[in-house]
Amino acid sequence: MQAVAVILAFVLLAVVLFVISGPLRARRAGDAQEQTHPSFEQAELEAAREAKYREIRDAELDLRTGKLSRADYESIDGTLRAEALKILDRLRALAGAETPETNGD
Amino acid sequence: MPVLGRICLLLALVICVYGIGASLYGARSGRVEFSDSGRRAVYALAIVLTAAFAVLEVAFLRNDFAFNTVADTSSRTTPTFYRAAAVWSSQEGSLLLWAWLLSLWSSLALFLVRKRMRDIAAYATAILLGFGAFFIALMIFYATPFATRSPAPVEGVGLDPLLRFPTMMIHPPMLYSGYTLCTIPLAFAMGALIARRVDADWIRATRRFAFAAWLFLGVGILLGARWSYAELGWGGYWGWDAVENASLMPWLTGTAFLHSLMVQEKRGMLKVWNVSLVLATGTLAIMGTFLVRSGVLNSIHAFGGATLGVPFVTLIGVLIAGSIYLVVSRREMLRSEHRLDSLLSRESIFLANNVVLVALCFVIFWGTYFPLISEALTGNEASVGPPWFDRYTVPLALVLVLLSGIGPVIAWRRATLANARRNFVAPLLSALVALVALLAAGVSHKPFALAMFCCAAFVLGAVGQEFVRGTLARRAIAGEAPPVALLALVRRNRRRYGGYIVHIGIAVLFVGVAASSSFQHAVEQRLSPGSSSRVGAYTLRYVRPTATVTPKNDAAHTGSTLSLGAVVDVSKHGHHVATLRPSEGFYDSGEPAQGTVGHLIGGQAVSHISMSAGPTRDVWTAIAPDISAPALARIVTIGNRTLPADEAVVALGFLARAYLKNPPPAQFHFIVSPLVMWIWLGGLIVFGGGLIAIWPAPSAVRRRVAMRSRARSAHGLARA
Repeated sequence: MQAVAVILAFVLLAVVLFVISGPLRARRAGDAQEQTHPSFEQAELEAAREAKYREIRDAELDLRTGKLSRADYESIDGTLRAEALKILDRLRALAGAETPETNGD
Repeated sequence: MPVLGRICLLLALVICVYGIGASLYGARSGRVEFSDSGRRAVYALAIVLTAAFAVLEVAFLRNDFAFNTVADTSSRTTPTFYRAAAVWSSQEGSLLLWAWLLSLWSSLALFLVRKRMRDIAAYATAILLGFGAFFIALMIFYATPFATRSPAPVEGVGLDPLLRFPTMMIHPPMLYSGYTLCTIPLAFAMGALIARRVDADWIRATRRFAFAAWLFLGVGILLGARWSYAELGWGGYWGWDAVENASLMPWLTGTAFLHSLMVQEKRGMLKVWNVSLVLATGTLAIMGTFLVRSGVLNSIHAFGGATLGVPFVTLIGVLIAGSIYLVVSRREMLRSEHRLDSLLSRESIFLANNVVLVALCFVIFWGTYFPLISEALTGNEASVGPPWFDRYTVPLALVLVLLSGIGPVIAWRRATLANARRNFVAPLLSALVALVALLAAGVSHKPFALAMFCCAAFVLGAVGQEFVRGTLARRAIAGEAPPVALLALVRRNRRRYGGYIVHIGIAVLFVGVAASSSFQHAVEQRLSPGSSSRVGAYTLRYVRPTATVTPKNDAAHTGSTLSLGAVVDVSKHGHHVATLRPSEGFYDSGEPAQGTVGHLIGGQAVSHISMSAGPTRDVWTAIAPDISAPALARIVTIGNRTLPADEAVVALGFLARAYLKNPPPAQFHFIVSPLVMWIWLGGLIVFGGGLIAIWPAPSAVRRRVAMRSRARSAHGLARA
């Protein structure tokens, strides 16, 4: 039983070393493809864009369910869309091209 | 196999130390491969702790009494079902469960953000591994689950009979999942503060884990309440026990966070508040574990009290000091981007709701920790009981339920008084109708219950109105049939309508609490067969005694050696309502000094209650048979004197027959409580709504919605 335990421990150690050293080995072997990740600012702007879209949808739902008057809705909606445009402009400027596809909910 | 378990723990500690170092180095130097390696250390930790947990689980299932934990908390007579759950009934096993669940949830969280927020995630990884290292170090240096004894005893002590119930199989893993999930938003919040990236990104990444923590904690709390009500012999579901409170506190702050995070996501406001709530929730989760595991409390839950107090207090001190330092040093970054547009807005209601939730948490914190602080300072034991808690929590709960009805009918940013007036008509009418009906039914003598019923009616009116209006709006757009429109409405606005369903559940739950605590009838009486007792409108008659012998025949399947009970007939106005069979199980103490027969029934006696539950009322019964009656005691004495150990069970047969033939009067506890089922039903609605809110939207729908919003934005902007 002791021998089985020791063998299992070595197997476990090998698995652990394999899992942990993966990124280091890949880097050393030159296999690691430098992934393109959005910059912090881009990530922040994308989050802000998603939040703004949600706000626009919520304001519309608030209007339809009678929580907002038409006048208030138009004022809020205009403000939100203007804010959304600013975010989109900043994203465009950052990307230098078309806004990337969103993955938020 | 204990060797393998010990090696796993050592390996786990080494992995934690390596992972912390690699993550911090990766974050500071910008070398992504080290951050990734640190993240993978969490996966490795999960693998190793799974192996360790499996070793212990197998030891329990195989009755390997060489393990101290197995010998102390299990036995051959413990049913297999409960042997599997006995792992977390011990101090050591529960620490292992904590660390294991932490590693699993952390792996999932870090896997989901593996391509995002690398700077924050690296610090979060280090913090999560820090928690892992703490619990693993406790298991290595203070309470190892893999300690052994030689020679191994032939039989174990057995699982505490109070824990031999199905809900206790699920309650601790649920609660611990909640606690461990609470540490994930905490780790990401700290990571965001350290990395100085305090936008809504970390909130978006960890929102679902905060929700999952809330869900698991809630389910755990409710299962605990159900266990207390349906299994313990006192007839209540909430006793303001310190350990119950410890799990409720992070749930309350977590609830506050789930509301206020929406304000930060939408408006960039309440950043200090949100980060503080997350840090408080995580710290309260650790404090909850401390209360159960440090042995500081004298409670049923604090079984296995040990000397873990100092390490836990140190960890909590570090967490509090670190949290305060991070929030204060980053206060400039945490400034709100906007101000409240109007006091009549959903943001304001959320803020008010947060204040009430935190006030509730503070009251419970004070009532829970004050006795400990007082005892530490003065040396005198002090305690505050349910009346103290009720004095403060009942009014706060009323305000909370009322706010959960006001919130849904108020718009974000600002609402006009005219709109508000229009939106409050239906909820106020619901409350008024409830008030008139209740006054007509004569419930005016319980003002708090009356107020709670009216508040709940207000909530149901408000949320019902929201569903009706939303469905009508949806129909107007898509021309769908009402049920289709309703489903589409919920599917497309999961968070909003899932949240509303949660509010309905909370209202239903509080109606159950108010009714059952205000209008309960309870009687404790000594009865002989044939006699009866009147409880409220019900008559309960002790028809005849019952008895079973040996664990195999135990009707409750809890492994009792002897079970004595009664058949109780319940009737109302002469009509039969139900037949109940409460009993009390007697268990083997394992103490030879009590004699060959005496030890078989000398362990803990546990009440197995019987009840008739319904949507309008529960009739609840418990029995405490008098086993020390002279005729029964004589059989035990003679058996002890004459029977060898392997024949001692014969005496139990005589004892059971004597009890059935000439039963001594038994002590009964009868309770008739209205609407208790509403508590469990409300809980189910809450968690159903929570699941809807947490469920991810299909990616295709997300893309379509986002694209449509983008197109509308562009169109609207061009229009402007």
